[in-house]
Amino acid sequence: MTERPMIDWDWIATHLDDLWALTVEHVTLTVIAVGVGFLLSFLLSLVVVRWRAAYGPITAVAGILYTVPSLALFAALVPITGLSATSALIALVSYTLLILVRNIVTGIDEVPVDAREAADGMGFTRGGRLWRVDLPLATPVIVAGLRIATVTTIGLVTVSALIGQGGLGQLINEGLRTSFPTKTITGASLSVALAVVADIGFVLALRALTPWTRARARPAT
Amino acid sequence: VIDGLLADIGAVIAWFGDPANWTGNDGIPNRLSEHLVLCLASMAVALAIALPIGLYIGHTGRFAFVVQSVANIGRAVPSYALMAIVFPITIAFSIGLSGDLAFVATVIAMVLLALPPIITNTWAGVTGVDRDLREAAMGMGLHGHQVLRGLEIPLAFALILTGIRIASVQVVATATLGAVFGGGGLGRYIVQGFARRDDARLWAGALMVALLAIAVELGFSWWIRRAQRWSTPQRQDVAPPAEAPAG
Repeated sequence: MTERPMIDWDWIATHLDDLWALTVEHVTLTVIAVGVGFLLSFLLSLVVVRWRAAYGPITAVAGILYTVPSLALFAALVPITGLSATSALIALVSYTLLILVRNIVTGIDEVPVDAREAADGMGFTRGGRLWRVDLPLATPVIVAGLRIATVTTIGLVTVSALIGQGGLGQLINEGLRTSFPTKTITGASLSVALAVVADIGFVLALRALTPWTRARARPAT
Repeated sequence: VIDGLLADIGAVIAWFGDPANWTGNDGIPNRLSEHLVLCLASMAVALAIALPIGLYIGHTGRFAFVVQSVANIGRAVPSYALMAIVFPITIAFSIGLSGDLAFVATVIAMVLLALPPIITNTWAGVTGVDRDLREAAMGMGLHGHQVLRGLEIPLAFALILTGIRIASVQVVATATLGAVFGGGGLGRYIVQGFARRDDARLWAGALMVALLAIAVELGFSWWIRRAQRWSTPQRQDVAPPAEAPAG
């Protein structure tokens, strides 16, 4: 057997454009999935805030979706919506719901009663209080949910390569199909790197979004 | 659309009714047992590694930073990417060795994926035990390992089980992905369904995998709720880390 190196650096150097294009595709799928997931989860959370009884059924359904293994969900959608981005996105969105709904509702629940009562005393309407008091104070918990959902989705996008989508996951598949480990390892490493960058990005974004949490930590002068 | 859907459901029911799908290498009993063996083997190895680490770090408080790193890495590394990396490496390192390489590689990847949730939840459970209780036990003259066995493990039990639940559900999902790499298990039906454009087979496989994962999830949830009845005195300031991603 001829000795072939595990990683062919020349291939990587000559395919930077392809790697970039796949990374962009990966990010696009992730952003759309988390964006749509967040929108849906936000609406569901508003329903829960209004009608508490809905929380159990909504998290039960979201929990079942979250439990279904990704390959099964992607595969099950193919006969219906085909080897399409739609199939990938339906599955990806459904995986974000549990984490996001749980974090949005928890975030709103954990708003201090004092802040809520102060807002009521200042004459906020119910909706006004939600938008200008509850949601800003819930931001850290909501962003924590977005962080987990995004990192999870980046990983799941690679699996969607099995139904013809998948950004960097396509590289993993091509590498496996053609017994060219360079592609597989590059695709996998880049998707891990993307997840790490997103993880750190959310920590920084949260600091920027909630300056008051830092002000509190500063010693009084 | 509804007619088409009904026809599809009929085809899946017919698939389950076909005796050919219940016998032989490709039969449901064999594929299900392959899936379960993969999961049990991986969980046994993962528990043997992760429980002692989580208990040690939780009990002594040493190397606690390891837990946060493990949790972060566990969240960032996707199961599919991990398997894709583990496969070529396993095969490269086992040239000349015989045996079921797909099985070995799948188990290695599954163990690596199962470690973070077990370690982090075990650590969180033991660390979260009320300090007063721990001091009382020490004051009664119990040794470290007696405190661990008699107090910390029982009180942390619900959280330890939660870690095992998350790992188990993930392992069931990852075993499915193993089929893409030529491994056995219920994922075979999905891979074959794709290859043969056989939607009934595809759906039957997806359904069995989904039901297995949900059964594992519900089984553990029931067990955890029972365990929670007596493992409640936990500190409130130590929250277990967020759940690992689905596979």
